[in-house]
Amino acid sequence: MTISLKPSNTPPEKLQPTGWLRYLSFSLDHKVIGLQYLVCGFLFYLIGGSLAGAIRIELISPLSDFMPREVYNQVLTLHGTIMIFLWIVPVVNGAFGNYLIPFYVGARDMAFPRLNAVAFWLIPPSGLMLITSYFINGAAQSGWTAYPPLSITTPAAGQIIWILSVLLLGGSSIFGGINFIATILKLRRPGLKLMQLPMYCWAMLGTSILVVLSTPVLAGTLILLSFDIVAHTGFFNPSLGGNVIVYQHLFWFYSHPAVYIMVLPAFGLVSEILPIHSRKPLFGYTTMVFSIMGIVVLGLVVWAHHMFTSGTPPWMRLFFTIATAFIAVPTGIKFFNWVATLWGGKISLNSAMLFSCGFIINFVLGGITGVALAQVPFDVHVHDTYFVVAHFHYIVYGGSVFVIFSSIYHWFPKFTGKMLNENLGRFHFIITFIGFNLCFAPQHWLGLNGMPRRVAEYDPQFQLINQISSLGALLMALSTLPFLWNVVRSILYGDNAGDNPWNALTPEWLTSSPPPVENWVGEAPLVLEPYGYGRRDSNESQEQKK
Amino acid sequence: MPKLSAILTLSSSLILGIGGVWIAYNVDMLPVSASMNAPVYDELYRVLFIIGCILFIGMTALVIYSLIQFRRRPGETGDGIDLEGNISLEIFWTAVPAIVVLFVGLYSYDIYDRMGGMQPLMHDHNGQMGNQTERVWGGIGSGPIETTYSNNSSPLAIELTAMQFAFIFHYPKGDIISGELHVPLGKEVSLKMESKDVIHAFWVPQFRLKQDVIPGQPTILNFTPTKAGNFPIVCAELCGPYHGGMRSNVIVDEQEDFDNWLRENSKETI
Ligand code: HEM
Ligand SMILES: [Cu+2]
Ligand SMILES: [Cu+2]
Repeated sequence: MTISLKPSNTPPEKLQPTGWLRYLSFSLDHKVIGLQYLVCGFLFYLIGGSLAGAIRIELISPLSDFMPREVYNQVLTLHGTIMIFLWIVPVVNGAFGNYLIPFYVGARDMAFPRLNAVAFWLIPPSGLMLITSYFINGAAQSGWTAYPPLSITTPAAGQIIWILSVLLLGGSSIFGGINFIATILKLRRPGLKLMQLPMYCWAMLGTSILVVLSTPVLAGTLILLSFDIVAHTGFFNPSLGGNVIVYQHLFWFYSHPAVYIMVLPAFGLVSEILPIHSRKPLFGYTTMVFSIMGIVVLGLVVWAHHMFTSGTPPWMRLFFTIATAFIAVPTGIKFFNWVATLWGGKISLNSAMLFSCGFIINFVLGGITGVALAQVPFDVHVHDTYFVVAHFHYIVYGGSVFVIFSSIYHWFPKFTGKMLNENLGRFHFIITFIGFNLCFAPQHWLGLNGMPRRVAEYDPQFQLINQISSLGALLMALSTLPFLWNVVRSILYGDNAGDNPWNALTPEWLTSSPPPVENWVGEAPLVLEPYGYGRRDSNESQEQKK
Repeated sequence: MPKLSAILTLSSSLILGIGGVWIAYNVDMLPVSASMNAPVYDELYRVLFIIGCILFIGMTALVIYSLIQFRRRPGETGDGIDLEGNISLEIFWTAVPAIVVLFVGLYSYDIYDRMGGMQPLMHDHNGQMGNQTERVWGGIGSGPIETTYSNNSSPLAIELTAMQFAFIFHYPKGDIISGELHVPLGKEVSLKMESKDVIHAFWVPQFRLKQDVIPGQPTILNFTPTKAGNFPIVCAELCGPYHGGMRSNVIVDEQEDFDNWLRENSKETI
């Protein structure tokens, strides 16, 4: 494995391994790093998914009979942590961000390639560390939220390892964020204005601002928590005069923005995919940009909606209700703009399009339950119940994961030069969509009727609905098989994709598939109208450039 | 043609609105309501459900309609229309959600107020005001709701201590300790809660009320039961391995039965 240490003016490819080995190396190529993120994230997704399977098996019966109760809580904690920090955040930011942003700004690589590689290589070890903690002394048991005093009183080893790996993952995320901000603001090709960038750049700019502002707060909080655990300080330990509510404020100051860190990039990706497959310009570019920035600002001041039953004073509850509900406005704008993008198009109903439209439908439901949850009087009944579980899975699975699949179908030809099989892809979509809704829609009812979240045993009256939910989970698990087979089959003997199978106008398609090391042979194209579909002149000028 | 589409739009929105209201009134997803607070909650729930149904069905219908109507027919080439935006449309769909959200916010504020969320903290334990010497945080319903029932006396004070993995109730009047919560029908109860170890939460789904029970920070929760019977008390905050088993019951009795229970169990005569 070659590691280039000295900064050199020679193109980095001379120092890098080639062939598939470079995916296991400390490569500095943003495209290699992007795919490293993607594959690594997907492997963790399979692990997190198996843990979800274990949870749903336990919940088939009302008794705690499948695994010991301590193990159930460990599985629950690992599932949440893996899905958030090792799958969705690294993939919607790291994978697609690294692959696409340099193309979109017309650069040959990210601003800080070494930092970029470091950010990626922090992930596999911290993920493995997290998972091995289960085999050493038992993993953390206090949920992904790690509320003290529970996190202080459960076995320390697992909790400390959890803190360490989340710290490393947070560090990786911050490095990535800095890199994206620098690349988008400073590496733009001359002649390219900010308001001419593809929407995903704006999404990543907004997300990276959130990452850089809020992740350090999480890091500080977790460091204090680890002091409480190992050095018996009393920051959050009530028996030593600490305050447990302060932890919740600090934690959610990061973790609400974290939900936007998981979903804003997905908004950006959808904004790239819809125009191409409906052959229409993205509707309302300017309002989209402003709504992203609106979400960023509002997203920083809504955290206490996770604490409505923590004994928050009335004025605080009111403020956070209003701020949270108002996020629905910029979010709504984006959804109407997407539907308007479809309107009057020439839509190809391929897998990428189906997953994107599935995302719109699922996310609308998650957004509606979100606005309901923002209302204090409504929330005091359903907080910490399966209703909340349903809400955020509609957002993170129905939203972000659907977009990840959509993006894989869309950019796979770019990554590999091969097409994915469309029939398998549509089959994958149908099974995923049915399984997902079967799994999570009934959970709204469970929460409203009295089933709390994070329990291994429950009132027998909820058994039937839980079994339906588990059946949905089984379908979701099975739906991964056609996808995996599709990827393997297509890499081995898929149809050749050509350079630009979708006839797209965004810059990553104006080069070979897969692209050369420095993205373009010769100068980077200047794409001033990335969404110029339906415009004769722009198509012609595009033709000339080829 | 524009006339036809206007009529179509109008009638489909009308159907949508009526459909949303119909669903919200015919799909019942809540458990029985058993506290003064619950009917107010259910009112809010219904309004949110109506708005939610209309929005969800409307958006889904729009997406599916576009996918079918504007799908690429076999053999078709070329692009869609060159339509980049429409300022008045965009203003329209910024303003409408803003108004809806504002309405929902004001309405839920009103509900919150009616549930007693904006009342100053009142916790009368043996006549002393709770927040003089120690800070107490209130849950929703921590003040009295406009009472049709007991306008006579101060609320019945009960103390709740939560621990892994049980709720322990203490009745200062009679010095009773109980693992279940006995309360009289139609009388306001004031629970003062504190945890001995980790955070728990006191939740009675039929009362639509929940409040975290926090170590080192007393919280209070007031409610008035309106239905006799047996309802579950559920711990709603992850508190350790037996979190799912941390349950109890609230037993709502007629005043006489409750008085009997109180008399039979009290350590001192009252
Ligand atoms: C944008 C993507 C969103 C994501 C990723 C997301 C994710 C989440 C998550 C993970 C939770 C549960 C936290 C926990 O208790 O562990 C949650 C709760 C909540 N979400 Fe969202 N959400 C999103 C959108 C929204 C929207 C649009 C709203 C409202 C306008 C909203 C309002 C809420 C509220 C109020 C809660 C607290 C519920 C409770 O714990 O009682 N969310 N969300
Ligand atoms: Cu939040
Ligand atoms: Cu508990």
